[in-house]
Amino acid sequence: MKVMNEMSVSFPSCSANEGFARAAVAAFVAQLDPTVDELCDIKTAVSEAVTNCIVHAYRDTIGTVYINCKIFADGKVIVKVRDRGCGIPDIRQAMQPMFTTAEGERAGLGFAVMESFMDRLHVTSKPGRGTSVILQKTLERRPASHG
Amino acid sequence: MGVRLILKNGILTAVLSGEIDHHSAREIRNEIDSTASKVKPKTLILDFSAVQFMDSSGVGLIMGRCKLMQIWDGSVEIANLPPKIERIVSLAGLNQLCVVRKGNLDESDE
Ligand SMILES: Nc1ncnc2c1ncn2[C@@H]1O[C@H](COP(=O)(O)OP(=O)(O)OP(=O)(O)O)[C@@H](O)[C@H]1O
Ligand SMILES: [Mg+2]
Repeated sequence: MKVMNEMSVSFPSCSANEGFARAAVAAFVAQLDPTVDELCDIKTAVSEAVTNCIVHAYRDTIGTVYINCKIFADGKVIVKVRDRGCGIPDIRQAMQPMFTTAEGERAGLGFAVMESFMDRLHVTSKPGRGTSVILQKTLERRPASHG
Repeated sequence: MGVRLILKNGILTAVLSGEIDHHSAREIRNEIDSTASKVKPKTLILDFSAVQFMDSSGVGLIMGRCKLMQIWDGSVEIANLPPKIERIVSLAGLNQLCVVRKGNLDESDE
């Protein structure tokens, strides 16, 4: 299926941008006329992925977070969240619920939330090079409510 | 994002509002903890009725307050949980750590 529309946005890894990132993706995805619940799922997953870049990838520094979002006519949404941070040595272990490397109050649930709120989650990473998280969800197509 | 704290009969209620994420969690935590560690309430109620968004940083926030309250044998209750946020709370299994009340809570019923 052909891409219907696409957007990219990048920003420094300051925590103030977490709200901006999920709002930007939500505003773009709104073109597909999602339900409130679908939009909430996407916002939550994007928030998890972006927070991980800020908290883990660029732990003691500020780096750039890259988001690319594609939407398709059949309702499919693909969001890619990428960083050039520290990378993940063992992805399988990192994705286990409750696994966290951060001290402080982290539940270790970010990946579990992304997995459960989206249809598909794909993570690639190279230690020292960075991490890329691809989130996919197909929105239910409803008959248009207005012409 | 905001926190309003109400202390009544040894119960500290934190009325949360807005969006809870990693960015806002720090301030919420500081507000609650500075009062809670002073008054050491029996129960800390986290009221979510005006919360519009929460991700796993909010789960960490709740777990952290449970840990704090345990120091003086107090407990945490989560009240007025909107359905959207209830999903993440049950995914996290927070009902094992504290009392979770969904929907509208009429305080006079307690
Ligand atoms: N972009 C990233 N770069 C480097 N490490 C990451 C990245 N994303 C996740 N990780 C690693 O994977 C672990 C698990 O991530 P996950 O989001 O599931 O939990 P968390 O961030 O530790 O806690 P929570 O999301 O519940 O606050 C992290 O502790 C971290 O070690
Ligand atoms: Mg996380």
